[in-house]
Amino acid sequence: MKSIPVSTTINGDPYEFLCAPDETLLDVLRNRLNLTGAKEGCGTGDCGACSVTLNGRLVCSCLVLGAEAEGAEIATIEGMADGDELHPLQRQFIDHAALQCGVCTPGILVAAKSLLERNPDPTDEEVRYWLAGNLCRCTGYDKIIRAVQAAAAEMRGA
Amino acid sequence: MAFDEYQKRDFKQVGTRVRRPDGVDKVTGRAMYGADATAPGMLVGRILRSPHAHARIKSIDTSAAEALKGVKAVLTGADLPVQDEDFIRDVQDNCMARNKALYDGHAVAAVAAVDAATARAALKLIKVDYEVLPHVTDVDVAIKPGAAVVQDGRTLENVPAGMSENLTSHCEFGHGDPEAGFARADKIIARSFRTAATHQGYIEPHAALANVTSDGKAELWCCTQGQFYVRTLCAAIMGMEASQLRVTASEIGGGFGGKTTVFIEPVALALSRKAGRPVKIVMTRDEVFRATGPTVHTSMDIRIGMTKDGKITAAEAHLRYSGGAFPCGTVDMGAQAAFAAYDLEHVRTYGWNVLTNRPKEAAYRAPGAPQAIYAVESVVDELCQHFGLDPIEVRLKNAAKKGTKSSYGPTFPDIGLVAILEAAKAHPHYSAPLAPGQGRGISCGFWFNFGGNSCVSMNINTDGTVGVTEGNPDIGGSRASISLMAAEELGIDYDRVRTIVADTSSLGYNDVTDGSRVTFAVGLATIKAARDAIRVMRGRAAKIWGIEEEAVDWKDGAAIPAGPNAGKFPPMTLAEIAAVSFETGGPIAGHHEVNVDGAGVSFGVHIVDVEVDKETGATKVLRYTVFQDAGKAVHPSYVEGQMQGGAVQGIGWALNEEYIYGADGRLQNPGFLDYRVPVASDLPMIDTVILEIPNPGHPYGVRGVGETGIVPPLAAISNAVSRSAGIRLSELPMSPPRVLRALGG
Ligand code: FES
Ligand code: FES
Repeated sequence: MKSIPVSTTINGDPYEFLCAPDETLLDVLRNRLNLTGAKEGCGTGDCGACSVTLNGRLVCSCLVLGAEAEGAEIATIEGMADGDELHPLQRQFIDHAALQCGVCTPGILVAAKSLLERNPDPTDEEVRYWLAGNLCRCTGYDKIIRAVQAAAAEMRGA
Repeated sequence: MAFDEYQKRDFKQVGTRVRRPDGVDKVTGRAMYGADATAPGMLVGRILRSPHAHARIKSIDTSAAEALKGVKAVLTGADLPVQDEDFIRDVQDNCMARNKALYDGHAVAAVAAVDAATARAALKLIKVDYEVLPHVTDVDVAIKPGAAVVQDGRTLENVPAGMSENLTSHCEFGHGDPEAGFARADKIIARSFRTAATHQGYIEPHAALANVTSDGKAELWCCTQGQFYVRTLCAAIMGMEASQLRVTASEIGGGFGGKTTVFIEPVALALSRKAGRPVKIVMTRDEVFRATGPTVHTSMDIRIGMTKDGKITAAEAHLRYSGGAFPCGTVDMGAQAAFAAYDLEHVRTYGWNVLTNRPKEAAYRAPGAPQAIYAVESVVDELCQHFGLDPIEVRLKNAAKKGTKSSYGPTFPDIGLVAILEAAKAHPHYSAPLAPGQGRGISCGFWFNFGGNSCVSMNINTDGTVGVTEGNPDIGGSRASISLMAAEELGIDYDRVRTIVADTSSLGYNDVTDGSRVTFAVGLATIKAARDAIRVMRGRAAKIWGIEEEAVDWKDGAAIPAGPNAGKFPPMTLAEIAAVSFETGGPIAGHHEVNVDGAGVSFGVHIVDVEVDKETGATKVLRYTVFQDAGKAVHPSYVEGQMQGGAVQGIGWALNEEYIYGADGRLQNPGFLDYRVPVASDLPMIDTVILEIPNPGHPYGVRGVGETGIVPPLAAISNAVSRSAGIRLSELPMSPPRVLRALGG
């Protein structure tokens, strides 16, 4: 199989890479670009640990091919903080103890940010349904929901 | 008063909700988990697994795989040493089958190649000649005479009539004369129960990166709950000296007991030794389900007698557990835990372990206890329904307390069960009105808690900051708890302490992060290491002041003269003493090594409201409250987190999660789509009430909190379903099809 050359933008920076035609975007990020913040929990679209956005749409990067990134804008957990300044979601997750082992956290933060961009004032139920594709085995979700709501309130200036 | 003993004190830092020190790394994607490491020249390792539940391996032909370009090593069981000792042989055989594949997914060969595609191609070229054997995957079938025999030579001596060669162990606990007790009962209920095997379900699959060099030294990076234990097991399997194998624990993406042993670690090491290059193995989720983890699956008979005013007169349990294809001692813990919440005159429990063609059981949060206690708490609830008695009142009437001779032997010291039950009874949740069709259930839960080997070093830096070195992976905020206890004891700010988790070459042995032991036992060692450092600092201050060390006290982070006779000196702070340490005798450190006893047992009570949809059989959890005794909550947010996480895992177990085997003996649901763990939209908030009944065996009164929380949900939900839908199920999970069947639909 011949490798495919891909030009893309990740967290605002230009990237070029070669990947195999059947290589997932998650493998490209992790193994070729050293962006290991997105995790592989299942590789089958069931856990959300690999969540990134592709042209603003929330996707499981284990279900996207690296080649599909051509010309796209990708955002990963590595781009969420503004330099040293954590995103309110990141800060609220720490302050609310919304992570235990933390392996689901990058995916949940990316997903939650994507929710708040669409719906700045979600109900608890809306948060729960939006995050239903992101498994967390440690927390029971309680503190995650509270942290997302606290960040939403902060971002609304409430 | 003994040094370990609890002393009442006013805490300044312990009990506050500080930010965890690894928080920023974990919210920015920078934290390094098992699969995130690389090494120069690294190869990719992959494992070939048996498609059969039970098969003799007649031969393995690896020649075509070895000949494939890019393949650097191929490994089979024949490459590993023959172990004489049963325990280590079982661990090794589970990592790589030798003569027989004992379950679907059992490893039979492995390759290391330049990339994943080549490794996958190489696995396809390995030819295994199997002789398929009869299999058995169900505990009740496996225990009957005539069942397929899973392993020869492991049978318990004196197998009772009516049982099979798959029986590997028996245990018995209790006291009194149950038959005499039953004779005094107004009602005896006897019921049989079954529970499915579940998986810990950690989101991070197992990962290991091994690097063995030609001089016999080795480095291993892996996600584990205990790097020292990994070293012990891998050194034995590899025939290495412990000093030559350095194991570093990565950040760990969940474990819950499932990462307390080895699966791929020895394989990665053996491949690396053979290939002469670093080898990384990362499991797929399918491999995680088929070859790691699960709990025992069980079959149990419970018999309890009660008087009409709610006094339990006698209790008896027969537990049949299967820990898969290898002997397993988990049933002992179930048999000990079953009636721990009760003060009983007549009680007896019997346990049996049975081999089946399933993966080797690994610990999962309070291993063995949720199943037995589910069965017991279901029967107690049914007796409450029979007599029309309040389920909390009945438990209060029979509750174990200080001085109770427990059903498993020891006499309890201060325990919190009565206080927890009182708190539950008084809580608004317990008296809140229920709508028609809704039901409320409660259950008690229990776990022993462990202490164990712990070793902590503490370095006082010259700038007045403190480094704590401990040896237990931080699975849910323990660096924060350890730092809090160090800061508390030293009398300095939390922010001035940094706790790191050391590799196996940097610190003495530490037991695995299990048994809810870390905050308790490592915390105790940390407090003592701090006292050791304080002793040194008092000595330094004494030297500077020209007085005796005994004449110096330590208060609020500073040395002070012990009394008026010691002389008049202004307090000298930790930072001031540290700054001049090079002139007063050199660097300052404290350390402590101990095998800790005195882990206080932990009780919990859960209240749950549910509604059963009679058309679909689905059970919705509407409201949930957890009550648990933490002794002293060092970091309350992470204590709540343990209680919430445990409760939700228990909810999954009660309602959905199960290993499903087909008639062919293969696991039918090895993925998160078909093995359904709870998702956010399934759940309500999980309210928590932390009680603090100090553990007499810890200087701050701390008890472990990690495990008890998974125990009560099973029966609490079953009891709630019974009261919501008028059906009493006796098998877990209470999945919609099973509920529909019980409803007669
Ligand atoms: S790894 Fe992509 S959804 Fe699980
Ligand atoms: S914090 Fe461990 S999986 Fe979510």
